[in-house]
Formats: sequence, structure tokens, C-alpha cells
Amino acid sequence: MNQLPFIAATPVLAILVSLAVVPLIVLSSKRPNLREFWTFAAGAVKLLLILSMAGWILAGNTHSYEIWKILPGLSIKLKVDGFGMLFALVASSLWLVTTVYSIGYMRDQKEHAQTRYFCFFAIALSATIGVAFAGNLLTLYLFYEMLSLSTYPLVTHHQDKEAQGGGRKYLTYLLGTSIGLALPAMLITYHLTGSLEFSSLGVFPEGVSRSMLIILLLMFVFGFSKAGLMPFHSWLPGAMVAPTPVSALLHAVAVVKVGVFSVLRVLTGIFGLDLLAQHDLNTIICVIASFTVIVSSSIALTQDNLKRRLAFSTVGQLAYIILGAGLASKLGVMGSMLHISTHAFGKITLFFCAGAIFVATGKKYISEMAGIGRRMPITMFAFFIGSLSIIGLPPAGGMISKLLMVRGAMEADMAWVLAVYLISSFLNAAYFLPIVYKAFFCTEEEALFENKFNEAPVCCWLPPVITAIVSMILFFYPAIFLGFAQVMIGG
Amino acid sequence: MISAQVPILIELLPLLSGLAITVFAQKNKNLAFFLLLLGMTGSFSAACTALFQVLQGNGPIHYRLGDWAPPFGIELVIDHLSAMVLCMVSGASLLTLLYSKRTVEAEIPDRIHHYYTLYALLVSGLLGMVATGDIFNLYVLLEISALASYALLARGRGLAYIATFKYIILGTIGACFYLLGVGYIYIKTGTLNMADLSVMLTTAEMHDSISIKIGFILIILGIWVKMGFFPLHGWLPNAYSCASTTTSCLIAPLMTKVAVYIMIRLMFSVFSADYIFKTLQWQQEVVWMACIAIVVGSLSALAQRDLKRMLCYIVVAEIGYMVGGIWLANSSGFSGAVYHIMSDIMMTLCLFMAVGAVIYKTGDSSLEAMRGVFRKMPVTAAVFLVCGLSIIGIPPTCGFFSKWYLISGAIETGQWHFVAALLFSSLINVILFFRIIEIGYFSKFDEHGHATHQDIVVNEAPASMLAPMIVSAASLILIGLYTDVILRNIIQWTIPAGL
Repeated sequence: MNQLPFIAATPVLAILVSLAVVPLIVLSSKRPNLREFWTFAAGAVKLLLILSMAGWILAGNTHSYEIWKILPGLSIKLKVDGFGMLFALVASSLWLVTTVYSIGYMRDQKEHAQTRYFCFFAIALSATIGVAFAGNLLTLYLFYEMLSLSTYPLVTHHQDKEAQGGGRKYLTYLLGTSIGLALPAMLITYHLTGSLEFSSLGVFPEGVSRSMLIILLLMFVFGFSKAGLMPFHSWLPGAMVAPTPVSALLHAVAVVKVGVFSVLRVLTGIFGLDLLAQHDLNTIICVIASFTVIVSSSIALTQDNLKRRLAFSTVGQLAYIILGAGLASKLGVMGSMLHISTHAFGKITLFFCAGAIFVATGKKYISEMAGIGRRMPITMFAFFIGSLSIIGLPPAGGMISKLLMVRGAMEADMAWVLAVYLISSFLNAAYFLPIVYKAFFCTEEEALFENKFNEAPVCCWLPPVITAIVSMILFFYPAIFLGFAQVMIGG
Repeated sequence: MISAQVPILIELLPLLSGLAITVFAQKNKNLAFFLLLLGMTGSFSAACTALFQVLQGNGPIHYRLGDWAPPFGIELVIDHLSAMVLCMVSGASLLTLLYSKRTVEAEIPDRIHHYYTLYALLVSGLLGMVATGDIFNLYVLLEISALASYALLARGRGLAYIATFKYIILGTIGACFYLLGVGYIYIKTGTLNMADLSVMLTTAEMHDSISIKIGFILIILGIWVKMGFFPLHGWLPNAYSCASTTTSCLIAPLMTKVAVYIMIRLMFSVFSADYIFKTLQWQQEVVWMACIAIVVGSLSALAQRDLKRMLCYIVVAEIGYMVGGIWLANSSGFSGAVYHIMSDIMMTLCLFMAVGAVIYKTGDSSLEAMRGVFRKMPVTAAVFLVCGLSIIGIPPTCGFFSKWYLISGAIETGQWHFVAALLFSSLINVILFFRIIEIGYFSKFDEHGHATHQDIVVNEAPASMLAPMIVSAASLILIGLYTDVILRNIIQWTIPAGL
């Protein structure tokens, strides 16, 4: 064993740092600037801690750390590997950007209970990193539930009737599926195999019947309903009642990606790609995911509320990621891992822009946004880049990951999946590009805004610009994240 | 040596303090409280010492009352299981006592010394039931604690008298059943000592004996009445929900769980796993009944508009968990049930205390009493939240791990209906608790659908109530985190032969 270039407890510290600032945030509730400083400090420390492990992981190593022995034969355990690292890096770097945005948004909107907001945001981030570094299924489940619960006060932040309804739906779907499906699936797996450790070979011994595997697969895939596979997707549009920074970080990045991350972990670490292919389970996944891709993209076309359109687009993109993993080919899985990062940067840009528009103009509906590009050119240009990334066009990172997934489909010899990717890309273009087109190129009569530059506050337009630039950088240097996927898959 | 007397001190100290209260503390309510506190603290530390001794010696402690040799004299037997339950019972009643200082003064202002005497009698009866190694002595103590509980429950609000009367009738029938069963067994074997009985009942003749079978049926029915196992639970919700806050905090967690303990004790220390699961073979039916208990309990809880009644039905459902777990007839189910005795004592205690604090402050026991509770009573709300998460079964609270073992046990024996019932009840619990949390978190809406946030000021319960609440809520998490230690050091040794 080589000498570790960091202390062994680093992953634990990376999880704990944002929990540790919660008391500080509460204590400085009367001094907003100090309070936000704590969030920044925690975000920076977290990112640094995660980065300190990156080199070691890129060199092809993994790092395990047992926190606590909780049951005979089972423990709360962390394991840092390429995939976890990729996700942790995305989430923690975007947390920093979102904090800037949160400050701008929340202060401009004069939201109440901002201290509570920042507290639960920090807790949610701890849970997210916990999922990313979870070393076995039990640990993953623990942090998964922690995330569901800690985001409830964020989703229902407005504390009005609409928030109540959205929050109710949110918890019903998330807790209902995780307790009703994922938990028993985990217990049955444990009963069958005696292990919940992630292993690239899978944990199931020979002789587990195919029907049992199918049942378990469905229970896991739908049980982690944060991944938003239909028919368990409608919590996500419901959760759009949250303030926009919450939708941006949690419902484009942290929460939903935790869902697909968990599904991918189970597919690659519990079942194992070989087993999936051997029992032809991947076709089942592909069918479920393809259905979601097409249907949700079509629904997105019909939405006039910008945030809801983005939400349905997210549902579709999440299904993309699962579809890529369902191909059970190395390239496909690598593509879907990379898509977690490229979609995160693209989608968060779009949400930031939606929020910036709301802050500057109070508009929520797409039909009210004709000509807005003249008033808010920076925001709308960032929106354009974000859309390109989601559609999968150069020069944005989304293209690289989509390309990998398409190549994965060819490698797996599943031509019909190619058609799904193709159709959905057209649909993506169809629901995003008209917004951009209308924003810039509309006649004087159609324009609903004066032809005068009047952007949102800098805290609201700078973050989407940053993430849009990162999206473009990912096109030219996908290796930033691809490296982690490569060490994970060994391709 | 005082350490040799520990087994009897556990029961004797509360009893003596009860006597002292009637003699010395008629005028002085603070003295009454103090005397009982002394007795309960002593009892709790004796129970902890006993647990320590058992763990160190890694075997049961036998104590002969009056030095009469068993099987003729009465014997106290403290093994891993009873030591654990003794600690939990005395600990929970100590916490309730601390909590009771303010609530008793508010709810039962006159004759507090009587109240505390009954309290002491009830607790010593319960502790005695746990420690005794003699089935007739068990009956006596059962009646002592039952009589004390009738008196305590009757001093409640609303329909408390009627509810308690119903409980007296049913409780007495249950106790009679038990006594009759003991009679059958005594006639057949000529002994009342548990250890002695367990040897005698192993023979093939006894296994085939119809008298023994009737005896067992009567005993188990009697205990099921006492614990409120579906469909014999009719008395429980009324009696417990009409009781005063302190009484329900004391009785709801302890009496039913001690009854579950008694069931385990009689099933495996008097009869044997062999007799029950191979000769009688009721396990399928009982597990089905437990499933129905869980489903009915959960659904009834969902139908309640009163906080305390809702908790009572949760108790009914939780009894289904434990009975089902034991009758799964395998070691995971048994471990889960025993672990759940421990965690459920704490969960129920904590819930009743949190709800009691809300009732103490608002005077209202409907769900609406929780309106604005997160701002008004943040600590109480946090405690309530932790309990709720534990009842739902969210890691790392202890409720998760008891469900983990119960479900594992059910999967191992292929009893999928029990798995389904447990998951169903978890999901119902999500609704139950988040319905209340919603009420607490969202303020009343005005006509525009916007929340009004003004005129809510912090109005928290007094520290003497908060401290026990916080301790029990913390224990829910600690028990959860130390599951491995508890299982390896205690519960593993309680698994009876033949499972």
C-alpha cells in the first residue's frame, strides 16, 4: 500500500465540514454577511478536501474508511473512487457558485427565514457528499434519506399553500419509494448475498433466479425515485415551488443526481455490468429509461412555466443517464457518468437564468419572455450555452457525453437506442431553442420589453456566466471529469 | 455484601419509597417527589449494576428471597434479557418522574402523595414481574401493577373513569386467564418455579398433554389481553388517551412492553421453542394476526384527530411488530423483537412526553395543537421529529434497526406478508408524522394563500420537562448507533435454544 497523500479521514471531514458550520450559521443569524461567510468557508474547505484526494484517485487508487460498525457484519463505511469523486467534485464546486447566487436571489427577494435556508442547504450538501462517498448500500441509504429530509424545508421554503402541496408530493414520492421499494430490495439483497459492498463484479452469487433479479432491479431502479424515472417523476415538477437556487442546485444537481448516482451504483456495484448483460436485464432498463426520455421531453414541450419546462427536461436527461448505464457497455457507462457532470453544469446554468429573469422582471412564463434578450443579453446568452449543452451541440460539454453514450449504444449493438437519442435531441432542441430565438430575434411589436440593457444584480448573472463557461470548457477538456469515469470503468 | 443484594434492591427501593411517601409526605409534595426520586434513582442504579454484573459474569444471577431454596422458595433470576429490560423500565420511569414534577402539579393538584405512592407501586410491580423466576409470583406482581395502573389511569380527564372501568374488566379477565393457566400447569407438574418447569415440560408426555396445552393457551391469552394485542386491544386507546399526561408517559411505554417481555419469558423459559414451534405450530396464524394488528393499528392511528389517541394506536401497531417478530421463530426476528422492546420503550416514552409538553402549553390535545410548534416550542418540536423519524424507521435512529432485523427475519422464513405489513406501517407512519409536521411548520393561511408569520413567540416547556425529553430523544439515536454493541453483548445471549 502506498503512502496516502492525505489523512485517512479526509472523506469524513469533507462530509462533516458543512454540518459543522450549521451551528455557526445559526449563531450568526443576525449578521447576514458573517453567516454567508461561513457557508463560503465551508464550501471552499469542502472543495479543497475533495480536491486533495483527486490526484490519488486519478492515479487509479481507491480509498476506504470505516466510520462506525453499526450492525454485526455491516458498517457505515466510506469509499472514495472515480465515480464518487466525479460526483463530489461537481456537487461541491457548484455549491460554491450557488451560494453566490443564493445570496443575490434571497436578498433581492427579501425572503424570510434565510438562516434556516442556509442551514438546511449545508446539511443537504453533507448528505450529497455522503452519498457520493458511500462505501456500501447501507451507508448510501442513510445519506439518501438524510438528503430527502433535509431538503424538505428548502422545497417548502415559502410556507404557503402551494409549498405545502409541493412538499407533500415531494416527501410522499421520495420516502414512499425509498421505504417501500429500496429498503426491502436492500434487505433481500443482503439476505441473498450477505453483503452490501459495492464491487464491479456484482455481489449476487450464481443461482439467483432471473425473475428474482428482475424484481430486485425494478425495486432498486424505482426505489431511488430521486432519479425521476416515470411513473415516479412528478415530485420534481412539484418541487419547483422552491426558491430558484434550491431548484438549481438541488433539483438540477444534488438531489436528482443522487438519484441517478444511486441507481448507477446499484447497477454497476451490486448487479455488475456482466450480470446485467448476461441475464439481458439491460434491455428492461433501456425500455423504462427510453420511455421516460421520450415522454418527458414531449411533456416539456407543452409547459409554459419556464421552471416546469426545465424540470421535465431534467426528468428526461436523468433517464438519459440511466439509459447510458443500461446499455451495459463500457463506453455507455462512461458516457452516462460524464453526463452527470455536463448536464449538471448545463442545467444549473438554465435554472440560474430562469431565476435571474424572475428577479429582474418577475416573469415566470415563457410566453412572457419574448424579446427579453435585448434587456438581459448576458443572462440569455448563458441560457443559450446551457441549452446547447443539454441538446448536445458544440461548443458545449453535453455533446461529448452524448457522443459517448451513442457510441456505447453502437458498442452494445442496440440500434433502437440510437433512435431514442436522436428523437430526444430533436425534442430538446425544440423546447429550448425557440425560447432563445424569441428572446433575441423578435419584431418590435412582439417584444414585451424595452430595448434597454437592464440586467439582474451581479450576484444573479455572474453564476450562470461562470457555469456556462465551464460548460464550454468541458467541451474542449472533457478529461477533467472523464478521467474519473475512466479509472472507474477501467477503459 | 450489598452487591449480592442488588436483584432485590431494584424492586424494593421504589416500594419502600412509596411506603415512605404515605407515611412522611402527606403534607409536603416536594418531599414526596424527592423520596420517590431517591427510590427511582436507587432502583435505576441497582438495575445498571445488575446489568453490569450479568455482562461481567456472562451468566444469570439467581437470588433467593428469604434464602428459601427453589423450587419451593421464590427466586429472582436476572439474565441478559431481564437485566436489559430492568434497566429500560427503571430508566424510563426515572425520566418520567423528572418530567412529572410540573405536569402532576398542574393536572392532579390535590393528594400528590397518593399519586406518587401509586407510581412507586406500579413501577415496583413492573420491575418485579421482569425479575421474578416464579410464575405465581409473577401473577401477584402483575396484579399489583395492574391495580396501581387502574387507580392512576382513573385520575385522568374526560371519560377516564369509564375507560378505566372497561380496562379493569378486561384486565381482570386477562389476569384470571393467566391464573387459570398457571393452575393447570401447577396441577400437572407440581411446581411454580420457571427453571424447574422448563425441565419438567421437556418430556414427550408433557408435550402431548392436553392440560399443558390448555394451560399455555390460557396464559398466552391472558398476556395478550394485558399487552393489547389485536383483537384484544379494545381497552387500550381509551384508557391511555384519557389518562393524565404523566400517567400515559409512564404506563404507555412500560406496561405493554413488560407484557411482551413476559410473553417471551413464558414462551422460552417455561415452555420451549420446541414445544411452541414444533408441537403447537401456531406461528403462521400468530404472525398473520400480528400483520393484522400492525395494519389495523396504523390505519386506526391515521383516523385519529387527537394526538394521544393517535399515539395509542401506534402502540397497538408496535405490539404487532414485537409479537410478530417473536413468532417468526427465527433468531433475526427474535433479536429484532427484543431490540424493539428496548427501542420502543424509548420511542413511546419520548413521543408521549413531547405530546404531553404541547398539551401542557396549549391545553389542547387535537392535531391542531401543533400549529406553529416549530417556532413556539423548537426543542419539543425537534424531539418530536426525532421520535417520528425513529417510528418511521430512518437511519441512524433505533427504529430503523429494529425494522431491519424484523424484516430480515421475515425474509428468512419467507413470510412476505409480515414484510409487507411492516413496510405498510412505515409508510403510514410517514403520513402520520409529516401530517403533524406540516401542521407545525406551515402557519394558518390567509385568504390569499400566503402564510402569516407574525404573533408567534417562543413559549417553550419548562426545563424540567425538556431535559428528560432530550435525554430520551438522544437515546433513540445512541441506541441506534450502538446497535452492534447491544446485539453482540446483550441480545445475542438472549436468543433461546432452538431458534
